[in-house]
Amino acid sequence: MAALLEVSDVVMRFGGVTAVGGVSFSVGQRSICGLIGPNGAGKTTLFNCISGIYRPSGGRIAFDGQEITGAPRHRMAGMGIGRTFQNLALFRSLPVRDNVLAGAHSRGGTGFVAAALRLSSARREEAEAEDRLRPLLAMLDLVGVAGVPVAALPFGTQKRVEMARALISGPKLLLLDEPAGGLNHSEVDGLADLLLGIRERFSLSILLVEHHMNLVMRVSDKVVALDFGKKIADGTPAEVRAEPEVIRAYLGEEAVPHGRAA
Amino acid sequence: MSATEEVPAVPVLVQAPPRSAMATWQRGALVLLGLAAALAPIFVLESFQLFQLTMAVIMALAVLGLNIVTGYNGQISLGHGAFYAVGAYATAILMSHGDWSFWATLPVSAAVCAGLGYAVGFPALRLGGLYLALTTFSLAVAVPQILKHRAIEDWTGGVQGLFLVKPDPPSWLPLDADQWMYLVALGVSAVLFLLSWNLIRSRVGRALMAIRDNPTAAEAMGMDTATLKTRAFAVSAMVTGIAGSLGAVVIEFVAPDSFGFGVSISLFVGMVVGGVASIAGSIFGGLFVLFVPNIAEEISKAAPGVIYGAILILFLFLLPDGFAGLLRRLAARWRDRAAR
Repeated sequence: MAALLEVSDVVMRFGGVTAVGGVSFSVGQRSICGLIGPNGAGKTTLFNCISGIYRPSGGRIAFDGQEITGAPRHRMAGMGIGRTFQNLALFRSLPVRDNVLAGAHSRGGTGFVAAALRLSSARREEAEAEDRLRPLLAMLDLVGVAGVPVAALPFGTQKRVEMARALISGPKLLLLDEPAGGLNHSEVDGLADLLLGIRERFSLSILLVEHHMNLVMRVSDKVVALDFGKKIADGTPAEVRAEPEVIRAYLGEEAVPHGRAA
Repeated sequence: MSATEEVPAVPVLVQAPPRSAMATWQRGALVLLGLAAALAPIFVLESFQLFQLTMAVIMALAVLGLNIVTGYNGQISLGHGAFYAVGAYATAILMSHGDWSFWATLPVSAAVCAGLGYAVGFPALRLGGLYLALTTFSLAVAVPQILKHRAIEDWTGGVQGLFLVKPDPPSWLPLDADQWMYLVALGVSAVLFLLSWNLIRSRVGRALMAIRDNPTAAEAMGMDTATLKTRAFAVSAMVTGIAGSLGAVVIEFVAPDSFGFGVSISLFVGMVVGGVASIAGSIFGGLFVLFVPNIAEEISKAAPGVIYGAILILFLFLLPDGFAGLLRRLAARWRDRAAR
């Protein structure tokens, strides 16, 4: 089966600084791929290239057999790429249900006129969105807070709202930027189960940028490690964990076991 | 993510929470009550008072227009008086030069103002917050002077302005012209309030608010922010422009000096006092901007501005979320009591 996401030789320069220097990897259908690396390795930059925040200086990104390099950001959702944000980017004054429903925007087509006149097409679309909303709220334990403005909710709950908002459009690929950030131990365990459950239930792929090594190693089918904007490892969690380059990047030169081939 | 350990394999159907604690008969009763309250002034008020109330309804509509782009979409406009003026002049010019009926001028005025709003929406994309506020403010300052300009004096009547005549009520209605104009303003406003209500509670309205709250996330959700923002500006200008058309025909006169930047500021005050991003609040905003200056003048002929300012500050203190915030709190208390 062809890969869902194909990143080929992507380069991103800011002025004279090369943040990402020619990275290639792919994410298969229905697989979870972890993107790791020490601070400043270029993970977030690469992530932003994929999600369309940056236009790469070089290289190609293909999604579902279609080139998406430099496509407008608002097209991504419609193509089947959902995302969450590192420091939460919710619609703060809106209640939970409207936040999640906003995630379904790309599935609809109601314009100003149809909306103002409440044409049957607009009503049908709204009903469809509501049908998708209900099971998601239940799954993410948000039913009780559906009417509460998100700004009034605790951090962990807001993270679940973001997840629901990313899922309601039915994406084929979910881009998660540090989903474990700010969560406590038991919450991270819950997140791991959630990610595996989401993959099963929605048959989607997940690309995960994450610092939390336990989480990445536990849920990923494949891990890509970056350091100084270059790929230093690409394989199963066990392979990547054993890679001397990765150990060196994370723990320093002395930590690499002697007598092992790189 | 504490509560998500067990991911159900089958979608669990949950009862949607009731949209409102109100029963259907209560809603029906409220609508009837509202209708009675809206129509009663025709029979109760004297001609001048009815004229004032008509103008308050029109101001409410103008505030609603501003609320669409500033309250709901977060694009600050301090220049909506310009759209009000253009709507008023569109109707006045067509009625006095072209002998058009008032109703026929409405779509033209709407289209002209929507077009102008759309055009203003483009530079607005590049200017955020305070810069946009100043840019729109300059529009409000410029429009009265443009209306006086000699090149278009033949059409606009220059400094003298234009006179026009109220349409007569249909012969089968036992109403005089003032009563009829109240009904017209009320009817047109009611339709636009209803359409705006629908718009805000839709995919589009949700997108407008999403863009206001977090443009980056809005784009990631597939919202074409540029298109939505320019269209919101167009719709907003259109609604305020239609209010201008109504205002022109009710006053039966337009002149550049009645559309100074004070109108824009009044609309802004009305929006804030009524409630930012509130449709019901716009109604209160309209009442406020029309009646409070009069009340201030009755209290002190010498310094009505001081009294107006004091009343305004008092309102902002007592109702920090505007009148709409008060309504929301009362509704919440009502619901709590009903639930108990």
